[in-house]
Amino acid sequence: MNTRKTELMVGFFVILTVAATLLLAMKVVNQGFSNNESSYTLYAKFDNIGGLKTRSAVKVGGVTVGRVESIYLDPEDFNPVVVLSVSQQYDNFPDTSSVAILTSGLLGEQYIGFQPGFAFDDFVTLADGDYIQDTKSALVLEDLIGQFLFSRDSE
Amino acid sequence: MSWVIQLGASTLDNIRSFGRAFLMLTGALIALPQLKNVRLTLQQIYVVGVQSLLIIMVSGLFIGMVMALQGYTILVGYGAEGSLGPMVALSLLRELGPVVTALLFAGRAGSALTAEIGLMKATEQLSSLEMMAVDPLRRVVAPRVWAGIISMPMLALIFSAIGILGGHLVGVDWLGVDSGSYWSIMQATVDWNKDVVNGILKSIVFAIVVTWIAIFKGYDAVPTSEGISQATTQTVVYSSLAVLGLDFVLTALMFGIN
Repeated sequence: MNTRKTELMVGFFVILTVAATLLLAMKVVNQGFSNNESSYTLYAKFDNIGGLKTRSAVKVGGVTVGRVESIYLDPEDFNPVVVLSVSQQYDNFPDTSSVAILTSGLLGEQYIGFQPGFAFDDFVTLADGDYIQDTKSALVLEDLIGQFLFSRDSE
Repeated sequence: MSWVIQLGASTLDNIRSFGRAFLMLTGALIALPQLKNVRLTLQQIYVVGVQSLLIIMVSGLFIGMVMALQGYTILVGYGAEGSLGPMVALSLLRELGPVVTALLFAGRAGSALTAEIGLMKATEQLSSLEMMAVDPLRRVVAPRVWAGIISMPMLALIFSAIGILGGHLVGVDWLGVDSGSYWSIMQATVDWNKDVVNGILKSIVFAIVVTWIAIFKGYDAVPTSEGISQATTQTVVYSSLAVLGLDFVLTALMFGIN
């Protein structure tokens, strides 16, 4: 085996590896909103977060604008607090905006649906560290069935 | 009483051979890199890496295709065939890519390394090198160790990428899963650091273990034809067991608790 041919084949091997890595990096891996992008933090307090997880998407009309940074329980009133990390690109949401926990599809993942409020003439925008006041909790199937049975009983 | 003696003897034996293996590895790797050795390493990358490419690519393709087929039949029952992409990609990147590559590598390249070095020892080529004041650890062992450690992660990456394309071939082109949802749900699920980088780390660990076992078994073989055949068998058995055992430990560390 002469050296030049060996080197050529090893070169091809390296090119193939780079191509495989590029395929993984470009097509396979999540390249949407990442934490490297500059972002600001918002807080939202819910009664029940259902199956929401960290890194779940925050969407405005279907467009992902951020991710759930962390979830913890408020030690005083025992309500879950969700920390949202929203891209700095979208920094002019009115403070009358509301958030709801929605499900994509029947069995899909849960995400945060962000509903921007009306922009009046002198509206205040949500800034880093603000709490979103208007929140709607996740629908829990058991609660829903319970309510349905209860309302049927009372008829 | 005799079994206690036997136990002690075999324990000492194991510890001694582990020590010899460690000395061999440090003797080979803790040395200044020479330009000449880079050339030798390149030659070995050709032997260990490039010549394993075909088997790796073909098995990657078929494993991806089989997973897509099996996954589809199960997922379609829940109407969740869109999740075929992440299923194929995650299992390839996290488990099958590194593990199957390591097993194939042990069978394809590890056994060859053992036989080659064992035969060098049996025909006293290693001693001749030493007589010529050439350190066989640095001239023969070091390029092969480096070649193994460099090649296997590359092979694992190629394996995963081809497997995902194979899954696409069966899932999308044959069974009719939507191409957009195959890729987009995969992208939404797979994470670079958590899945890809951990898979590469796994395969680097496997590469070190498999090449180390293969070369040490050859270097330490009884220099007879029987001894070499035994060493070659042991290489494949030990490295396969080590890879599967380590895989569990690494998976537990990487993906186990959070």
